[in-house]
Amino acid sequence: MSIAPEAMTPLREKVLRRIRSRPTLRGAAILLGILVALALLAPVIAPQNPHDLASLSVMDNRLPPGATAMNGMTYWLGTDAQGRDMLSAIFYGLRTSLMVGLSATLGALVIGVAAGLMAAQFGGAIDAAIMRVVDFMLGFPSILVALVLLASIGRGVDKVILAIVMVQWAQYARLMRASALVERRKEYIEAAVNFGLPTRHIMLAHLLPNAIGSVLVVASISIAGAITLEATLSFLGVGVPVTQPSLGLLIANGFEFLLSGEYWIAVFPGIALVLLIMSLNLVGDRLRRSLNVRS
Amino acid sequence: MTAFVLQRLIQSVFVLLAVSVVVFFAVYGIGDPIELLVPPQVSDAERQALIQRLGLDLPVWQQYFTFMANALKGDLGRSFVHGVPAIELILARLPATVELVLLAMALAILVGVPLGLYAGLDPDSRPSRLIMAGTVLGFSLPNFWKGMMLILLFSVVLGLLPTAGRGETVSVLGVQTSLLTANGLKHLILPALNLSIPNMALLTRLVAAGTSEAMGQDYVRYARAKGVRPRRIVGRHVLRNILIPVVTVVGIEFGSLVAFSTITETVFAWPGMGKLLIDSIYQLDRPVVVAYVMLATLLFVSVNFLVDVLYAALDPRVKLAGDSA
Repeated sequence: MSIAPEAMTPLREKVLRRIRSRPTLRGAAILLGILVALALLAPVIAPQNPHDLASLSVMDNRLPPGATAMNGMTYWLGTDAQGRDMLSAIFYGLRTSLMVGLSATLGALVIGVAAGLMAAQFGGAIDAAIMRVVDFMLGFPSILVALVLLASIGRGVDKVILAIVMVQWAQYARLMRASALVERRKEYIEAAVNFGLPTRHIMLAHLLPNAIGSVLVVASISIAGAITLEATLSFLGVGVPVTQPSLGLLIANGFEFLLSGEYWIAVFPGIALVLLIMSLNLVGDRLRRSLNVRS
Repeated sequence: MTAFVLQRLIQSVFVLLAVSVVVFFAVYGIGDPIELLVPPQVSDAERQALIQRLGLDLPVWQQYFTFMANALKGDLGRSFVHGVPAIELILARLPATVELVLLAMALAILVGVPLGLYAGLDPDSRPSRLIMAGTVLGFSLPNFWKGMMLILLFSVVLGLLPTAGRGETVSVLGVQTSLLTANGLKHLILPALNLSIPNMALLTRLVAAGTSEAMGQDYVRYARAKGVRPRRIVGRHVLRNILIPVVTVVGIEFGSLVAFSTITETVFAWPGMGKLLIDSIYQLDRPVVVAYVMLATLLFVSVNFLVDVLYAALDPRVKLAGDSA
């Protein structure tokens, strides 16, 4: 059973109407759109490829915003210690941060939803076992678990994603289980069971689409959390590798120059990160309120 | 109540055991334990001796029992970098982290509770809205970023406070503390403030929500009808009722403050346990990382246990799982 597009229209209209009627929310949605566009288009619009060492000129290192390069190009946001254009580095950094945040949230969502659905459907020992693991995972601060995990497997984009998935799946499992348990008590599921439909079919075709809504809304807010966690891990030096810097790593690289007054190397990537997190939070939170989901 | 305490105690022991197994396999199971536990610069003869001493030639389950037996005796291995027992290294850094965490918690309560009361008593006023908007920033912005902005503002621009280190310390009962020297306090204030911001925001929201809920309750209306002064209603009746969740959060957050201190300590070069953990990760000093994880787990499990028991003791409405099962 799939949901017909017409069935979605009132909800979609409701959300869109809310977005149009709230200036802060509209601003946040537009900002988020711009940031995502910058990330997607980074290779096309960035003045320089910050990963291509040949295009960098060490002579241009640590120039203030607005300075002119040896080749006549203007560094609008200044350069870092390697003579890299900060504006280009930020575009590419946004790309890495968003990519890691989205993949990690998606991965955690898939694992969490599967675990929660199984716990709700099968109950008994399977439920108890899954929920014990969930309680166990949620008992520790995510930053510490991710930090120690990365300390033992090393840094890398794929490894950061894995670490964030490991610390975030449990919350989705708990939500999905609660939501699926409520759904399971409804008559249509009882009817499906009495028709003798196979368990697999009931789980995937009936329980999953009807119970997943609130989990998806919470996941939309958690993207900001995943991006924050990635930035923090990269800032601490256990996150993404230096060859593919995210916003967090750019900030870390600029930190040592902050004290000597070369603020732009750390501050501009920081502003980009803050705008990204705030716009994601605002849009996600209003989405949650419009759809009336408790987190 | 006894059944409840016992049940929680058994659960806690199981969590500790589970973590010990996970940590054991993370260090000994994945990859070559010899590579992880024996420093690379030693000679072949020393290497053989170390393998024998660490029991790395024994079957895995036997190694686990050796690991556990040593851990219970407080022996979690020797630091490769410093050549001293890992546990000693961590305990030496403990006071610096504890004073940071305690001051951060005190700041969070002293600022968060009054702000929350104000916002909860008059939720529609402009200052209250500003406070609530501020709490969202307090939660969601990355902690390392807030720390850097504090440094930029108070140290670089205003030149008021130092940016790194612990400053002067004095010895009290054999423990070094920065709390009692003017210079030490100057070093302590920014890191403590940075560490306290997320909890300040959390407490503000919690107290605001609790207050605005309590103000609509019958007992408040009754007290008001009786002519009790507003100050007394808030101080005596409302505040008491919102205290239980506050106590719980303060307890639970104590553990997470220790975890988050790794970030604050890195930004402010504060020589505590968290900085030691990050440095040890950089230097591949595995025994220190393992010892930190085991100690932190012990801390979280104890705190969670105490909070559960305290909560049950404070609030008779809590359904005790041990009684119904």
